[in-house]
Parts: sequence; structure tokens; C-alpha cells
Amino acid sequence: MSAADNTILTIDGLSVKLPKGADRSHALNGVSLAINANEIVCVVGESGSGKSVMANAIMRLLPGEVAIDGGRVLFEGKDLASASNTEMRKVRGAGIAMIFQEPMTALNPLRSIGDQIGEMFEIHTELSKTEIKARVLALLADVRIPDPAQAARAYPHELSGGQRQRAMIAMALALDPRLLIADEPTTALDVTTQAQILKLIKELQTRRNTAVLFITHDFGVVAEIADRVVVMQHGNVVEQGAVKDVLTDPQHPYTQQLIAAVPPLTAPPPRALSEDIILDLADVSKTYRNGGFLGRGVRVTHAVKSVSLQLPRGATLGIVGESGSGKSTLARCIIRLIDPDGGSIVLEGKDWAKLTRDEVRHETKHIQMVFQDPFASLNPRRKAGDLVAQGPIVHGTPRAEAVANAKELFRLVGLDPSAIDRFPHEFSGGQRQRIGLARALALKPAVLVADEAVSALDVSVQAQVLTMLHELRERLGLSIVFITHDLRVAAQICDLVAVMKDGEVVEHGLAGEVFGNPQHAYTQALLASIPGGDFARSRKPVTV
Amino acid sequence: MDAVKRYFRSPAAVVGLLLLLVVIAMAITASWIYPRDPLALAGRPLIWPFSNPRFLLGTDNSGRDIAAQIFYGARISLLIGGVATVIAVVIGVLIGAFAGYYGGWVDTVLMRITEAFQTLPNFVLLLVLVAVFGSTLTTVTIAVGIVSWPAPARLTRAEFMSLRSREFVQAGRTLGMKDIQLILGEILPNALPPVIVYASVVMAVSILLESALAFLRLSDPNVASWGNLIGLGRDVLRVQWYVSAIPGIAILLTVLAVSLVGQGLNDALNPRLKSR
Repeated sequence: MSAADNTILTIDGLSVKLPKGADRSHALNGVSLAINANEIVCVVGESGSGKSVMANAIMRLLPGEVAIDGGRVLFEGKDLASASNTEMRKVRGAGIAMIFQEPMTALNPLRSIGDQIGEMFEIHTELSKTEIKARVLALLADVRIPDPAQAARAYPHELSGGQRQRAMIAMALALDPRLLIADEPTTALDVTTQAQILKLIKELQTRRNTAVLFITHDFGVVAEIADRVVVMQHGNVVEQGAVKDVLTDPQHPYTQQLIAAVPPLTAPPPRALSEDIILDLADVSKTYRNGGFLGRGVRVTHAVKSVSLQLPRGATLGIVGESGSGKSTLARCIIRLIDPDGGSIVLEGKDWAKLTRDEVRHETKHIQMVFQDPFASLNPRRKAGDLVAQGPIVHGTPRAEAVANAKELFRLVGLDPSAIDRFPHEFSGGQRQRIGLARALALKPAVLVADEAVSALDVSVQAQVLTMLHELRERLGLSIVFITHDLRVAAQICDLVAVMKDGEVVEHGLAGEVFGNPQHAYTQALLASIPGGDFARSRKPVTV
Repeated sequence: MDAVKRYFRSPAAVVGLLLLLVVIAMAITASWIYPRDPLALAGRPLIWPFSNPRFLLGTDNSGRDIAAQIFYGARISLLIGGVATVIAVVIGVLIGAFAGYYGGWVDTVLMRITEAFQTLPNFVLLLVLVAVFGSTLTTVTIAVGIVSWPAPARLTRAEFMSLRSREFVQAGRTLGMKDIQLILGEILPNALPPVIVYASVVMAVSILLESALAFLRLSDPNVASWGNLIGLGRDVLRVQWYVSAIPGIAILLTVLAVSLVGQGLNDALNPRLKSR
């Protein structure tokens, strides 16, 4: 491995400066690492650690005011940091290829997949049209797309997310690059699709001897795919080494902290559940009809198909499933953001499914929601204190009292009460999610519906918010409906788990049983797909 | 504030603001500098500018002081521009907000009405309104406002449609807010910046519409407006062209000022668009 000709890319003391007024002066501070042939190097770090900037710096795709101001990037004997744009164009695609997080935005929506892959050959080679076509089909077959001929004719929106990512990989590998940079390529995908794509990348890498620089925030993915790991924090490499060493025996405190924050897959010991059912769903259904003219060609989507679930008082019910499984629709039916078509939703004796809009407005203080996106769920033009005080004011609490309560709630969710005069954009993602939680708690609800409430957060922040939810549940006697796509998170906080697929609950029961001894084939597939599953299972549940 | 700082960073926006302040200053000081009626006879007709120190900008074909009319005309232009813009934006925002928030048949009905207004050329509709209701200053102002609301309505509707499904609006709904609270308190403040910017366009167009009416001698003849002066100068355009040209330049500079301020506001309120 130490042979110099085996090293594909060497980054040596690379620094990238940020424009004035950014939160720090440099995105990267003297980063050094090497990638050898036939090796997958994972760069892990939380948001803002500079890992994506590094990928873009290698490709010299940095936006205007962000620039390399020191160090070298050696690729095939050339220093890319100082190469001209003409030289870089030859390297991009042919020498180093890149795949991105969101294949839908990385592909041109107006051109067919085959066209876009063929473009790689048109730009970099002299191949004839028929040869290009044959190569494109071979590539699509190589990335295991079912029916390559049809996929080549398809437009990006006609493929599923996983197939689009496969097409992106085919495009990246078209010219046999020596290095593939993958920037969070599976983050936007469902867990089962993610498992397939990870397997595909690993397989292609072994077959073609490509070096892969894989950027991710997920230690599960690292455990699954990496040969070596580079841990980044605030633009510095804090630790690097073989995957086994780093995962089992992390040296740097930050790495230790990150690994400790990875949720284990084993559920904590079950708690005693109350006999008293606070929320009782029976046969809840929601059907969407769209398109069609005068009844012809209507597309009917059964988003939720007669779901029946029960939430005991003080318990947490996890609803897990992949995108499109109907879990978010169900959550929105429960709090009546969406009107269900049928069934009953009985909350403390009242059937929510049958309340009128006006009644829902008055009853809404009993059930509140925490939203997924900490950036979109807070009105950017209101102060944090206002946001939290809003609910009680709507329900008739005098303003002064509501603001005083807001300060109290800020303390409750671990925020500085003096921050109530700041606007949402002055808070970090995790802090915003705490504001969202304080807003929901301001109405003193009996049931809290959390829709992917921690999915947009970094693992360490995620762990903090989960711990806080745990504490609040105990202290306030909250009952929680916890919607998530991440089984690891669900395993940690839920007493009961329901697995949804295509609008139906395929399995439900105590968390320990569902995760420990899954009965339904789909649950088993989900559990098997969790990246780094063995690693996650090997870890003990954290007692929070 | 950040937005104010960003505004003053652009030289064009500052020039626009200065020009606009000059026009406003003219409007305010008109009655101190020219205490006499600007439409009263002041001297010999058709004195060229800069030839008689009493009439710095000369006199028109009836012997009225052009400089005085320009100062008083600033009042009329700003009044019509301002009031008509407020009328247009208020109607537009209300219709756009309801159409965008409720969607469905409310949207269909309101948008068909908007389209009916949009398919008629503004100016033709304005002529009809003035012909029917007469040409006093009040009716002209209201008429200009009424023909200008469709564009702000469409803009507001588009903003509302994209904002209404945002999580913070849903959050407001789960807190138990009424529709009107969601529309006015949550969505409108987020939808306003582009509408405010567009208001500058409406204002510039309003000033031009009034001038065009006056040019056709269909505006209120009893007030000293720039458009009236241009219309008057039409009869002597070939020789004494300055009678039309001077108010023409005044209109040009005012519309330019309003547009520059609007562009500056756009860059200040939507900073992300600027750094492209």
C-alpha cells in the first residue's frame, strides 16, 4: 500500500478560505489525506465540517468567493489546485468522476438518461454514434438497471430515486475514472434502496479497481462500505485510519463522541405501559384522486389503508416506513391537517375524524405536532419568543402571560430564555427544532405527534434532542406518536412500533419484539438493509 | 438593518433615491417658491427658457410660468402615482391572497376576473373609465389604480401558493389559528417583499398613464400636471419644443428614480438573488 504508484490522489495541506462574514475564516485548514487504488475512503463529519467543500475543491468546483489558498491536490502527478481550467476539464469526468446526493437535481430533466450518459463519450472521446449507444446500454446493465434499453430512453422523472442514482453512477463510471467522488450519494434514498446502492458501489469498485472517496455523515454507512475512514471537524482532519480501528477504538474525543451518538439497533428494556388508551385509531383511511377528466383516467392512490393503532397514555408509538408508505399522511390525518376519508381517531373520548374544522381549531391544544424541517417550520419573520407564545395567545391567554410562559418553555427545552428576542435564522438546526418543540408544548398537549422530528439533524444533535424528548415524556406525562424512516432512531425511543408499507401497517408490537424478532418479510428486509447493521447491533442501548 | 445597508451599497439605488427626494422636495416647496396660482397668466407667452430671469424655464403658449407648473406638477404626479399604487396593491394583494390561499373554485373565479382585466389593454380601459366617470383628479387617480391591480394580484397569488403548504403555515394551523390569521399574520409578511418591489413598477406606470391621459387632454384640466403641459405644448411642438420637452424630462427622471429605487429595494430585500 505504501508504494507511491499505488496512490491515486494525495491531498497535501489543502486550505480553502471562506468569504468574509462567514462563521469561520477557512472551510478547510491544512487537510492532508491519500487515497490508494482499489480502496474506499470514507470522509465522515457533521454538517459544516467541510467534507463537501473538500470534494468540490478536488474537482475545483468551488463557488465564486470560496477559493483554495494553500496546499496541493496531486492527481496523476499533476497539482489540481493550480491546474488551468482547460486541464481541469480533461480531468473532470475522465480522470475523476463525481456523484451527488440528489440525482433528480443532478440530472437534466429535459434529456433522456441515455442521452446524458452518451454525452460523456461525445465530449471526451471520438466514438461513433452506434458505439456510444452500445456503451451506454452496457453501462446501464452494469449498474443493474432492469431493462437498460428502456431506461436509456426514459427521462429522469420516469425513474425511481434508486434508478436515477444508478444512472448517475453509470454516467460517472462511463470513462473509467481512476477516482470516484461520492458526495452523500445515498442520503436521499430509502434504507432498502440505500443498501442496494452501497452494495453496487462496493461491487463496481472491486471489479474496476476504482478508488472511491465516499462522503457521508452516517457511521452506519462507514461500517458498511469503508476500507479507511477520515473524520473531519470544523475543516480539520481529526482522525484517520483503518475502518476497524476507528470504529472499535476511536482515539480523538470528537470521533468517540460521534460514535457514541450513533443510535444502537437494540431497543432499551421495555417500560410498563398504561392500560389507559389515550389515542385510538380504527380503520383510518385516506385516498387521493388526481388527474382525470369527467371521471376518466383518474389515478387513485390509497395513501392510508384502514390503519388501526392504539397509543397507551404516556407511551411512545413509533410509525416507521419508507417514503411513500403513508406514514406522514397518517400523522397529518391524526392532527387533522388532512381530513381522513373514513375510520375514527378517538382522542380522550372525542372522535377527531368527525370534528368540524371549527371544532378542530378549539380542540387542537390537546394534540400538537413537531415538524421535520427545522428551517421551514418556523416563520422567518417572527421572533422565537413570539413563535412559542403564538399558540396560547390564539387560545386566549393574555400576551404578557404567554411571553412569560415562553421563557419558561425555553428553559424547559434547554434554550437560553434571553434568546426569545432573536429571529429563527440566528439559531442552529438543533436549536430551531427545540423552538419547534417548545411551540408544540406551549399548549400543554396530551399527545405530541413528531413527524421525522430528528431526521434533518446531525447525529450528535439528534441524540441530544432524543434525550430531551425522553426527559420531557417522563416529566410532562406526554404520549408521543413518533414518525420516522430511521429504524435506529425508532428503536431508541419507542415503546411500540408499527411498520407501514404502501399505506398499510404490516406489523406492530413492542419495539423490542419487532426489532428483535421481526415476523413480516418487509420488516426483516428493512432491518437487514440498515447500513452497518452488525455494527449497530453490537452496541449496547444507551440508557437515557 | 441589513436590508438598509445593502440598499446603500448600490450607487444606482442611491442616485434613484436622491432623484426621488428632489421630486418630493419640489412638491413640498411648490407653494413657497411660487405662491401664485401656477395656472394664472404670468407674462408674455412662449418665452424661451433661460432668456428671462423671472421665468427660468420660460412660459407656455398662454403665458404661464413653466417652472411653476413643473413644481406643482410634481405634486400631481406623486399624488396620482402614490394613491393609484396603493389602490392597485391593496386590491391586488387581497384578490391574490385569497385566490392563492384557498385555491379551488375561489382561485378559478378570482383568476378569471383578473384575466378579464388583463386581456383588455390598460389604457383603453382607462379611457373608458374616464369617459364614463369624468376627468376630475379623483376619478383619474382611482381609474389608474383600478386598471393596475391584476399584475400585483398574480404576483401575490404565486407567492401564497408556494407559501401556503410550508411547514410553518401548517404549524400555525395546528396551533388553532383561523384562516384570516394565517393569511395576514403568517403568510402575508413573507409574501410582501416582491410585491413591494413590484409596487415601484406600478407607480412608474401610473405616472405615465396619467401623462398619457393628459396628453390626450382627458385628464383633469384644472390642475397643473406635467401631462397637461405636454398636451398643451403639442400645438407648438415644431418651434417651441421646450414646452413639451421640459415636463417630458421631469416625467422621465421621476419614472427613472422610482424604477431605480424599486430595483434597489429588490436587491436589498432579496439578497440571495443578487449574488448570482
